[in-house]
Amino acid sequence: MSDKSHGTGGLTFDKSKRQWPNELNVFGALILIIVIFEILGAIYVGQSLLFDSNNRFDSIFNEQRLRIIIIQVAIVGIIALGVTQVIITAGIDLSSGSVLGATAMIAMSFAQVSEVNGGPNPKAIFGPAFLDLPVVVPVMVGLGCGIIAGIVNGVLVAYSRIPPFIATLGMMLFARGVAQWWSKGNPVSFPTEAYSKIGAGMMPVIIFLSLAVLFHLIMNYTIYGKHTYAIGSNEAAARMSGINVPRHLVLVYAIAGMLAGLSAVILTSKNLTAQSGMGLSYELDAIAMAVIGGVSLFGGRGSIIGTVIGALIIGVITSGFTFLRLGAYYQEMVLGSIIVGAVALDQWQQQRAATRS
Amino acid sequence: MSETILETKGLTKHYGGVHALEDADFILEKGEHVAIMGDNGAGKSTFVRQITGVEQRTRGTIVFDGTEVNFSGPLDAREAGIETVFQTLALADDLNVPDNLFLGREKTMFNWLGPFRILDYKTMREATLAGLEKTAVKIPNIRNTIANMSGGQRQCVAIARTATFASKLTIMDEPTAALGVQETAQVENIVRTLKEQGESLILVSHNMRQVFDLVDRIVVFRRGRIVANLNKDDTDGQDVVAYITGAKTGAEYEGAA
Repeated sequence: MSDKSHGTGGLTFDKSKRQWPNELNVFGALILIIVIFEILGAIYVGQSLLFDSNNRFDSIFNEQRLRIIIIQVAIVGIIALGVTQVIITAGIDLSSGSVLGATAMIAMSFAQVSEVNGGPNPKAIFGPAFLDLPVVVPVMVGLGCGIIAGIVNGVLVAYSRIPPFIATLGMMLFARGVAQWWSKGNPVSFPTEAYSKIGAGMMPVIIFLSLAVLFHLIMNYTIYGKHTYAIGSNEAAARMSGINVPRHLVLVYAIAGMLAGLSAVILTSKNLTAQSGMGLSYELDAIAMAVIGGVSLFGGRGSIIGTVIGALIIGVITSGFTFLRLGAYYQEMVLGSIIVGAVALDQWQQQRAATRS
Repeated sequence: MSETILETKGLTKHYGGVHALEDADFILEKGEHVAIMGDNGAGKSTFVRQITGVEQRTRGTIVFDGTEVNFSGPLDAREAGIETVFQTLALADDLNVPDNLFLGREKTMFNWLGPFRILDYKTMREATLAGLEKTAVKIPNIRNTIANMSGGQRQCVAIARTATFASKLTIMDEPTAALGVQETAQVENIVRTLKEQGESLILVSHNMRQVFDLVDRIVVFRRGRIVANLNKDDTDGQDVVAYITGAKTGAEYEGAA
């Protein structure tokens, strides 16, 4: 007793109450999943998932597969960075996939070339004055569309007190409608060369990881991040402490919207075309990345690092199933189970922590 | 040379037809610790809510630190130097101790960055440690989140805010109502420390022993009115109960209730 006692009030220090960063659990899960795939790979395929078992590369890793793993989650991952912040405020953003779709159509319309194979661009949306624009225009239009959608989400959530689920569900349907109305369902194609470089090669990954680092710093070292966690943790306390909660929520949703807009730019640049169905169910994939990464849907808890690891887990599972030559059905069943399992584990840990204190 | 820190004259609050608080004249000297007692619904919390700007009074004046004040919200009151420890703790569970102490008034650097200005963790941590030391609050690790702390520790964190921000008046609304014996003792120790440091305090409490232990003066509310203003040394528990229940009314308040 005495060795644990601190001072007059008998408040004690209990080692078991020391905090263990949640990201380590998520990282452990990633390692575990990789190990499982390596074992299954060795048994059933006779190859390694991540290591260069066929000596095709100079390094010990199978660089090609590593690249695929990260590139296939990079674009949704950018959305997930914004969704993470929204969920930390105890909100949700269901609109990001549709906002990506609408933004893709609109931004691409400002990125088109005037001439294709010597003739006029058959897919041109606007007149000649809007063709061959400098690359900064479609990028700004894309970010702007995302920001506007995000601000609308944020204003609905913060000022009209509509639950985030409903507000962003409305935006989800609305933005998908905009995407289909924009060119009456026709794809928008033939971007300028400069535009097509934005999402070429490893660019999506570079952008994703740079933004992850940036938002990690922002969430941990700026007043924006602190208030985001505070609002999700105890909104009443945040308001009583003088934080302008509605204004902050608008900012958070605007940033999430901007990241969805940016994803649209990268995706259309990568695919050289924009289609109204783009980004379908991306919002759910992004939420899945965050949730697997330990972001609590009740708000206040989670981190950018967790979401990045969550994205990698999804990437590894997707690649792993292809590698084991198993159908996509199994992959989705397993992903679904992992999401539920991650949340169940989190709940269990929370309850255990609550009964201890 | 006693100076008045807080004075209310004719402070009144009606909720529709309900007269929750009627003509409360109250004076608090600098460094004085006063308890507010009374039955449930006697107007104690209503009184506190008018002073702290949580609600707007129906009429009456409040003079704080020499000037008449009209707080439009709790934040105004806090900026003027009134720190309140609410019955429901205004703490963010997922943040640690310094984050909670400085919530809404963080120390920052590079302020031109606007909402993305950088938190000055070092200064806040040092100020937190100084504040905890001042109040003799022991928290094993200030970097732990509030969620991992006991009820007593949480209450201590809430109280430590007052010490950290050199407030002029601290108001505690039943600070130990939800605490165990040991934790109550800890909070009471902090109150004594505040007394030694000359901090003015209004303590709303139901706990007779605690009140007699901690304060200089007891003000009793009954049915929205102040019915007694007693020096601790001139009264005892039975006497106070008589005022609370209505068996007695202070001579100067005759006819009030």
